[in-house]
Amino acid sequence: MKKLMMATAAAALAAGGAHAQSEDVKIGIILGFTGPIESLTPAMGASAELAIAEVNDSGAFMDGTTITPVTADSTCVDSAAATAAAERLVTTDGVVAIMGADCSGVTGAVLSNVAVPNGVPMISPSATSPGLSTAEDDGLFFRTAPSDARQGEVLAGILEDQGVSSVAVTYTNNDYGKGLSDSFVAAFEEAGGEITLTAPHEDNKADYSAEIGALASAGGEVLVVLGYADSGGRGLIQAAADTGAFSTFMMGDGMFSEALLEDLGGVLEGSYGAVPWSQGEGADAFAALVNERADFDPAGSYTRESYDAAALLILAMAAGGEATSEAAAANVMNVANEPGEEILPGQLGRALEILAEGGDIDYVGATDVELIGPGEAAGTYRYYTITDGAFETVEFR
Amino acid sequence: MDMLNAFVALSNFVLIPAIAYGSQLALGALGVTLVYGILRFSNFAHGDTMAFGTMVAILVTWGLQSLGVSLGPLPTALLAIPFGIVGCALLLLATDRLVFRFYRVQKAVPVILVIVSMGVMFVYNGLTRLVIGPENRTFADGARYLVNARQFREWTGLAEPLVIRGTQAITVVTAVIVVALLFWFLTRTRTGKSMRAFSDNEDLALLSGIDPERVVRVTWLIVAALATIAGVLYGLDKSFMPFTYFQLLLPIFAAAIVGGLGSPLGAIAGGYVIAFSEVAITYAWKKVLGYVLPDSLAPDGLVQLMATDYKFAVSFMILVVVLLFRPTGLFRGKSV
Repeated sequence: MKKLMMATAAAALAAGGAHAQSEDVKIGIILGFTGPIESLTPAMGASAELAIAEVNDSGAFMDGTTITPVTADSTCVDSAAATAAAERLVTTDGVVAIMGADCSGVTGAVLSNVAVPNGVPMISPSATSPGLSTAEDDGLFFRTAPSDARQGEVLAGILEDQGVSSVAVTYTNNDYGKGLSDSFVAAFEEAGGEITLTAPHEDNKADYSAEIGALASAGGEVLVVLGYADSGGRGLIQAAADTGAFSTFMMGDGMFSEALLEDLGGVLEGSYGAVPWSQGEGADAFAALVNERADFDPAGSYTRESYDAAALLILAMAAGGEATSEAAAANVMNVANEPGEEILPGQLGRALEILAEGGDIDYVGATDVELIGPGEAAGTYRYYTITDGAFETVEFR
Repeated sequence: MDMLNAFVALSNFVLIPAIAYGSQLALGALGVTLVYGILRFSNFAHGDTMAFGTMVAILVTWGLQSLGVSLGPLPTALLAIPFGIVGCALLLLATDRLVFRFYRVQKAVPVILVIVSMGVMFVYNGLTRLVIGPENRTFADGARYLVNARQFREWTGLAEPLVIRGTQAITVVTAVIVVALLFWFLTRTRTGKSMRAFSDNEDLALLSGIDPERVVRVTWLIVAALATIAGVLYGLDKSFMPFTYFQLLLPIFAAAIVGGLGSPLGAIAGGYVIAFSEVAITYAWKKVLGYVLPDSLAPDGLVQLMATDYKFAVSFMILVVVLLFRPTGLFRGKSV
């Protein structure tokens, strides 16, 4: 009987509690839990929820207001489904901000169809298309992943360093490949370089000798491969080596893979490329935090960016002093950039205290967050060369 | 020197790849043409038959590799081909017994058999994916190059490299041996002669006491051997993925029809015609022309007739032209 009474009391308390916290804040997490990147999204979602749990545990957000994550499926490829899911988050669940979406296409759709009409800010951890930089966003869209426009500049800069003035370019025939190729070509030509040919390639073909034939005919000192390491990009490098058409390759971020190095071995010796990279205190602190409180790989693709995206939304609301969409949208840039005290993963509680006292913070996070231009990560790229069958860092830029 | 460079570049990007690809197509087209000649229908399941035979060979190759068996500079897969042929033959004979014989006994019209073969194609398709999965598989080992780019440049001092891959050489040699054996079998042995008789005139052949079921069985065995060998050579030279084998169906049929359906010689010629057209039409001739023509005439553009994405369109174009102007094909096969 006593037990029953206690249980009833606890239930009543819980119910009462829920009622008292009807001002509970909800944040939407919209990622492609089904679809082409479904193997990445569980860790990304868990990472965002980790940031939310950290804030809730600290009790420092708005006098102890709890934040509840609400997840939805963006599918990565189906814009209509993503829009419907986001619409549900905003109108039914009443989220004040959205962490997501993931793939560039659906992110653009959610932004223009849901976020802008409803005035809800969103931070994408992984949409890299340069097109999103100029999308009509009313100051509501941010991303913790760098735009591929930036990668294009980095790649062009590397070629300048290497003293290469003429290259042939091949890219995987999709939004990512096209966007990256366009930005690279623009940056390289502006720097005075010559592009002999820009040719798209389809993934998953058995044989790329015809593509290489055309690229070899066009000529160039280096072949720039903006594709995928386990698909067309690998086939092209193999075919280029097979025909002796090119001996040096420059690779975009999709080509960074240990397996590629193992399989192609000596072929890649002396080649180089760039890949988004996080290093230093922030990444270490994030790894320590994940190992302590969660069970996913802290080095997994876009997990760091996901944590940062969720953390930024919460900190922005705290900085604005109210848990609303307006406060979040208005303050993201302030908390992400200088001036203020640097905040690493695991220090969200402290950040909230500083903000509550009216202080300034500079959120560093897991990816060394620095938002530039229309609110996107500046991004740090690791410029590597392949020496003695291993990736060797030249510098970070 | 310029002429030599031009010839080397042409060999490297057009002649050698097209000869290897043409040999693979020719072996595939021989299988299609035999089925057409003797069983009298277009077998759309041929691409997936190749994939199935290759899959068995790959599984055996992996087994051999894990046992440490190796042929030195030659790919281990050559040892696995007989196993692949046996596996493929069992599948084809079972299919014939369960599916095709039913329609043969009913004397179904060819168009029904064509549709039936499409059904068989989807079943094989799924079967291969179930066992080995839809991904890209590599199983090549042994020496990759017969002549590699650096060696060639050092030997000759030419600016253009010439590369001959081990698998390209193996493809051509194997194709020559297989074709020679097939023609010897068809023209010199009693079974081969009975197959040709059956193909030429079924009623007369039956009257002279030829056992039709035996002819059909032998045909499927030969088709299994040709399909598996073609598939393994293609997989070694390029890569194995079930979907690309399904796509091979188009150039293979184009080759068989261009040569003349039912004519083995035509299938071989057709294979090379298709391969050379595909490669030559999608090749960017800028480099070769740059060497051959005087500087004043050297082209600025790529001189590429068609982007490589449209490779399959070449087979289609040739197919349409042949069907319009010479429906029996180059070697006077049966009209479609």
